[in-house]
Amino acid sequence: MTCEELLKALNDYVDGMQLTAICEEFSQHLAGCNPCQVVVDNIRQTISLYQSGQQYEMPASFQERLQQSLKSRWEEKFGKTDADQNVGFF
Amino acid sequence: MESQLIGETTELELLHRAKRGDFAAFQQLIADLQPRVYGLVFRILQQAQDAEDATQQVFLSLIEHIRDFREESSVATWVLKIASNHALKILRKKRGLNVISMSELAAEDNYSDVPHPEFIAPWSKPADEIALQAEVQVEIDKALSELDEKYRLVFVLRDIEGLSVRETAEAMELTEATVKVRLLRARLALREKLTKKFGDPVQMMTPEHKHS
Repeated sequence: MTCEELLKALNDYVDGMQLTAICEEFSQHLAGCNPCQVVVDNIRQTISLYQSGQQYEMPASFQERLQQSLKSRWEEKFGKTDADQNVGFF
Repeated sequence: MESQLIGETTELELLHRAKRGDFAAFQQLIADLQPRVYGLVFRILQQAQDAEDATQQVFLSLIEHIRDFREESSVATWVLKIASNHALKILRKKRGLNVISMSELAAEDNYSDVPHPEFIAPWSKPADEIALQAEVQVEIDKALSELDEKYRLVFVLRDIEGLSVRETAEAMELTEATVKVRLLRARLALREKLTKKFGDPVQMMTPEHKHS
């Protein structure tokens, strides 16, 4: 496989989608190419590291402001915040 | 009193109730999405005030358009698409003269000039152990912030938020082919930086096959 073909196969292979012919060829390449195998592992570890990362927390003061502004907009649009009392048309 | 509903059905039910004006249903629907949107826009905009403004705009926009939502995708995909658009708009406005044109943002990409991996070494510890180390979050956020935003956004949507390639393409209004090559660039760039930090230098190797 040329380098360009290897690169094309890399995403799908990393994602575990090994069903296509190009991934099959890529698997065979990996069997004989240790650096490429390490690159595949590196990418998987990289993704895993970002997925294990902490979720961004919204500051509490912002959360409150957000809820207030959403509630206001909702009331403007729907009249009330309770569906049962909504006299608007769908 | 509460019936056992499967995940997907619950979302749909909440959505329908929200469309009829039920604010509590709307709040439940967006509860998990709020930190996800905030995280996404923060990673793009790199600034707390901007991230707050963008997050607020996203959810206000959601209220405006909730009745128009045709349910062709999941609520999460739709919301993350709105979030991506808002973040990019703010970025363009901030850049002023150096505005990223829509055509540049949507430009097709190909594999012919993707940089090849240079620093190759196994990592000295498994990723989940590294994740627990202090300061690692700062390192990985920094590496991500150094990417061009068109690659950064694809990585955030696909690899952090877990959207499929198709959903990512939809969110960014790109072809799947373009998403794939940008994703590759993002993954390889991050791999390069993080392997320099976490790779075992003793086991460093060079690619043996000929590059064409």
